[in-house]
Amino acid sequence: MIEIEHLTKRYGNTTVVDDVSLSIAKGTITVVVGTSGSGKSTLLRMINRLVEPSSGRVLIDGRDTMSIPEDALRHRIGYAIQGHGLFPHRTVAENIATVPRLLGWDQARIDSRVDELLRLFQLAPDEFARKYPQQLSGGQQQRVGVARALAAEPELLLMDEPFGALDPIIRGKAQEDLLAIQRRFGTTVILVTHDMEEAFHLGDKVAVMDRARLLQYGTPAEILVHPAEAYVERLVGTADRPFRLLSLSTVADALEPGPASGQPVDKGTSLRDALARMMWAGRTEMPVVDGAGAALGKVSVAGILAHGRQPA
Amino acid sequence: MRALAILLRLAALVLLVTFIAAPNLFAPVFQPLTTYDAPAIYNQGSLFSLTLSHLATVFSAALASTVVAVLLGIFVTRPSGLEFLPLSRSLVNIGQTFPPVAVLAVAVPLVGFGEAPTLIALFLYGLLPIFENTLSGLTNVSPLTLEAAKGMGMSARQRLLGVELPLALPIILAGIRLSVVINLGTATIGSTVAAKGLGEVIIAGLQSNNTAFILQGGLIVALLAILIHDALMSVERIVARRLGQQPAGAAA
Repeated sequence: MIEIEHLTKRYGNTTVVDDVSLSIAKGTITVVVGTSGSGKSTLLRMINRLVEPSSGRVLIDGRDTMSIPEDALRHRIGYAIQGHGLFPHRTVAENIATVPRLLGWDQARIDSRVDELLRLFQLAPDEFARKYPQQLSGGQQQRVGVARALAAEPELLLMDEPFGALDPIIRGKAQEDLLAIQRRFGTTVILVTHDMEEAFHLGDKVAVMDRARLLQYGTPAEILVHPAEAYVERLVGTADRPFRLLSLSTVADALEPGPASGQPVDKGTSLRDALARMMWAGRTEMPVVDGAGAALGKVSVAGILAHGRQPA
Repeated sequence: MRALAILLRLAALVLLVTFIAAPNLFAPVFQPLTTYDAPAIYNQGSLFSLTLSHLATVFSAALASTVVAVLLGIFVTRPSGLEFLPLSRSLVNIGQTFPPVAVLAVAVPLVGFGEAPTLIALFLYGLLPIFENTLSGLTNVSPLTLEAAKGMGMSARQRLLGVELPLALPIILAGIRLSVVINLGTATIGSTVAAKGLGEVIIAGLQSNNTAFILQGGLIVALLAILIHDALMSVERIVARRLGQQPAGAAA
C-alpha cells in the first residue's frame, strides 16, 4: 500500500506538483498520465526521494519514506527510466546485479537471480550475460533496464516513460512483457507516461495530471465514462471513447450462448480487436473458445456495440 | 600493417637499448659529425644511468601531477567544490603558461640546485592536460546513467568509484600520456640546474660545439618519447576494451 498525502513541490515561485494525494493498492499498476510539464515525473521522483518534497509525505506500508535513509529506500524501490540509463562499462549481467551487489547478496544468489531475469525477458543468458549495453538493440537495452530495476525483488517499481524511446512494435511487446512480469511477481508498479493509449492499456488505475494538479484518479473505465473535467474529456478523446471502452473489456464479458461459424476468437481478446476482426471478415458473429480451444459460445457485433455505449 | 607497426617499435626498442648500453658500437656513425678529433660518443657519464635518472624525474613528476590533477578534478566536479572550478582552472593554466625555464629560475633560489627545481617545473607543466581531461571525462558521463545510479541507491562515493571514474578513465589516461610525453622533452632543461638527465648530453654538445653529442641526447629522448607514447596508448586501449568501449581509432 502506497499512500501519497498532500505531496507538493515548489521551485521558488513555481509549483510543480500541487497538493497531490493518491492511495495505491498493493500489486496493482497505476499509470500517471499527463503532458510534459504536468509534474508527473516530479511526482514519481518524490516517491524514491530523488526530489525532496516541499510538503506532504509518502507512506509505504504505513511507514513514512522520510524515516528511511534515502539509499536504503532506493534499494527497495525499483527504478526504470526512459533510455534505460544502463552502465556502458558493465556487462548486461553486471548491470542487472547492481542493486543485489549493493545489498551484499552472495555470488550464487546474484548469479541465479540474473539468470532468472534474463530468461524471463527472453534474453538467453549464454548469449547476453557478457555483452555490453551498446551491443544490444534498443528493445533489448530497455528490457535489461527493467530487469535491473527488478533485480532485488522490489515490492514497488517506479517507471518513468520506460517505453518512450521504443518504436511502436517493440513498445507493444514491452508492454505485454511488463504485464506478464507484474502478474508473476505481484509487484506494485507506478508508471509515468504521456501516452493515453498506454495508460488505458496498462493501468489498473489511471491518474491524470495537468499543470501540477491531479485532475482525476480512477479506473480506466471511470475516467472514460465520467471524466472529471473538460480537460480530462479532451485528453481521453471524445471520438475514441467508445473504442477505448471496448479495448478495456474482453470477449468473455460479451459472451452469448449458441453456435456460430467462422474463425474462433479467444475469450481473452479485447472487444475492440474482436470487433475489428468481424468487420474485416464481414461477419456479425464469431465463435468463442477458451485457451485450450474448447467452444464456449459466440460473440456478436450487437453484443460488442452494447459495451461501447455510454452507461446510463 | 599491424605486424609492420609492431616490428618497427621492436626495432626502435632494440636500437635504444643497444645504444644506451653500448654506445661505443655506434662511434663510427657519429664520427663524421665531430671536428678536431673530438669524442664521437658522450664520455662524461654513462648514457644508461642518465636515461634512468631522466625517466625517474619525468615519472615522479607525472605521478605527482596525476595525483593532484585528478583529485582536484574530482573535487571541482562535486557539488561542494563546484565554486572552485574557475579558480582551479586559472591556477592550472598558469602552471602551463609559465615557462618551465622561468619556473627553474624562480625555484633554484628557494630549493637549491639539483632534481628539486626540475621536479617542480615538470609537475606544474604536466598538470593542465591531466586536469582538463579529468574534467571532461567526469562531466561527459551521461546524466541519464548517473540518474539511474542514484535512483538505484548508489551513494555519492559508490557513484564516483563505480561509475564516474571508470567511465572517465580512458580520457584521464590520455591526459597522463600527453603530460608524460611533453615532459620527456621538457625535462632536458633540468640539466641547466644540475639535475641528472639526458639534457646533460645535449648541453655538453652545445658547450663544446659537438653536434654528435647534441644528436645523441636528442635521439634518446625522441625514441623514449615515441616508445612510451605507444606503450601508454596500448594501456589505454586495453582499459577501454575492459570497460566495454570501442577503442578510439579502431574500426568497429
